[in-house]
Amino acid sequence: MQRSSQEFSRGHISAKEMDETVAEFFKRTILKIPMAEMMTILKAWDFLSENQLQTVNFRQRKESLVQDLVLLCEKKRASLNDAAILDIVYTQFHRHQKVWDVFRMSREPGEDIDLFDMEQFKRSFKKILQRALKNVTISFRDAEENAVWIRIAWGSQYRKPNQYRPVYVVYYSQTPYAFTSSSQLRSNIPLLGQALTIASKHHQIMKMDLRSRYLDSLKAIVFKQYNQTFETHNSTTPLHERSLGLDINMDSRIIHENRIEKERVQRVTQETFGYYPQPRLEFAQYKLETKFKSDLNGGILAEREEPLRCLIKFSSPHLLEALKALAPAGIADAPLSPLLTCIPNKGMNYFKIRDK
Amino acid sequence: MSVLRPLDKLPGLNTATILLVGTEDALLQQLADAMLKEDCASELKVHLAKSLPLPSSVTRPRIDLIMFVVNLHSKYSLRNVEESLHHVDATFFLGKVGFLATGAGRESHCSVHRNTVVKLAHTYRSPLLFCDLEVEGFRATMAQRLVRMLQICAGHVPGLSALNLLSLLRSSENPSLEDL
Repeated sequence: MQRSSQEFSRGHISAKEMDETVAEFFKRTILKIPMAEMMTILKAWDFLSENQLQTVNFRQRKESLVQDLVLLCEKKRASLNDAAILDIVYTQFHRHQKVWDVFRMSREPGEDIDLFDMEQFKRSFKKILQRALKNVTISFRDAEENAVWIRIAWGSQYRKPNQYRPVYVVYYSQTPYAFTSSSQLRSNIPLLGQALTIASKHHQIMKMDLRSRYLDSLKAIVFKQYNQTFETHNSTTPLHERSLGLDINMDSRIIHENRIEKERVQRVTQETFGYYPQPRLEFAQYKLETKFKSDLNGGILAEREEPLRCLIKFSSPHLLEALKALAPAGIADAPLSPLLTCIPNKGMNYFKIRDK
Repeated sequence: MSVLRPLDKLPGLNTATILLVGTEDALLQQLADAMLKEDCASELKVHLAKSLPLPSSVTRPRIDLIMFVVNLHSKYSLRNVEESLHHVDATFFLGKVGFLATGAGRESHCSVHRNTVVKLAHTYRSPLLFCDLEVEGFRATMAQRLVRMLQICAGHVPGLSALNLLSLLRSSENPSLEDL
């Protein structure tokens, strides 16, 4: 929209300048932010200046605060992209609210790679998506470690992009890995994969059998950083105190008869899981398509030729730590099955098991 | 064969020793801690074992009371107790053995039926106690009970023996047990 210089000099910009849907989007996005985090997130967004934020009363009721902030955004002529960036910032602070998939890209062997150019990547990515889908909103926000957060709101030929069901992609440009938030609108994932692959000058992309809410844990697994001191927001005890059993501060009147076995179990567990905190996953899923094997002779299931189809799912607030605690707690024998212990190593928590 | 016998050793002076047998070390450890917190005139010792037979290389005091701990959530823990029972001499079952079933509170997690442990205790003519050891309050109460039982079994309560206690406990048992 063109503005006359007269309007500028009058210093008056009516609220109707901002598109209604954009204003609504701003309102809903700011409303999502918990009061305790409001200042932090707005500062991280870095669109409203310190001075402007000081003009707002942060102690009022949330609805009124949101109204004031939206007004401020309108005055500053905030665009849809600015709102999208705010949405990205919010998601960065609340990454655990999404479930993340992991994609790995690859090149042809012996391919010469030019130096990665972030701006070229962004241009190329945007172009590919916009060419395929007329209506799509794409926003970028750079992050540390040469990563970029991409937010995509999908539309279609006839519909404007739905800003309330976006997909997020976190691409680490120095690696072949990208993390995407799982979304219901799955039909656009192949297109997304294609755009990512081409824009980053790769040839193939494949989805890894790895999924979790904890993006940082996925990173640690995929970049093999978990066997160092790993920062989890829920672990506060130093490593050496966080022993496996309850054998710290033991009363001398308590005698463990199976001390030697206990020590063996502790040793085997430490060897398998290490001294470091485990990356955080919520589940491991095993799809079995194997023939039933039984020690007992006969039985209904033993006679079958077809494989038994069975899905086993282990769930936990912190799966790997739970697995680590199994043998010391006496619930399982040590060593645990390699199917369980290979999870961080193989970078998988979805398995398909067939007979060899 | 290393079978546990109740009277094969001399008692220690004012000492009462309980042996807790069960697969879940963490629960046993917590129960042991709770028992040792109790005020008790006798000197208490708690031995924890995953299963029987006990390793023979260790010298240990006379065991006054054995509690077999079964976690109703785990068939493995039941099987472990059943196999361990073979390593206990018959004379122990005259009031110096008890069964403790934990996990009954979370019915959806139970893979061992309540009646299974009831039958097991009945077979061995020993008392069965239920307690969710994961709950601190219940655990503390159970610890108190066990300390009293232990004192009686060690002969520290004048006029009351393990056998007396057994018959006292049995007479207050649910009569439907006989129907099993």
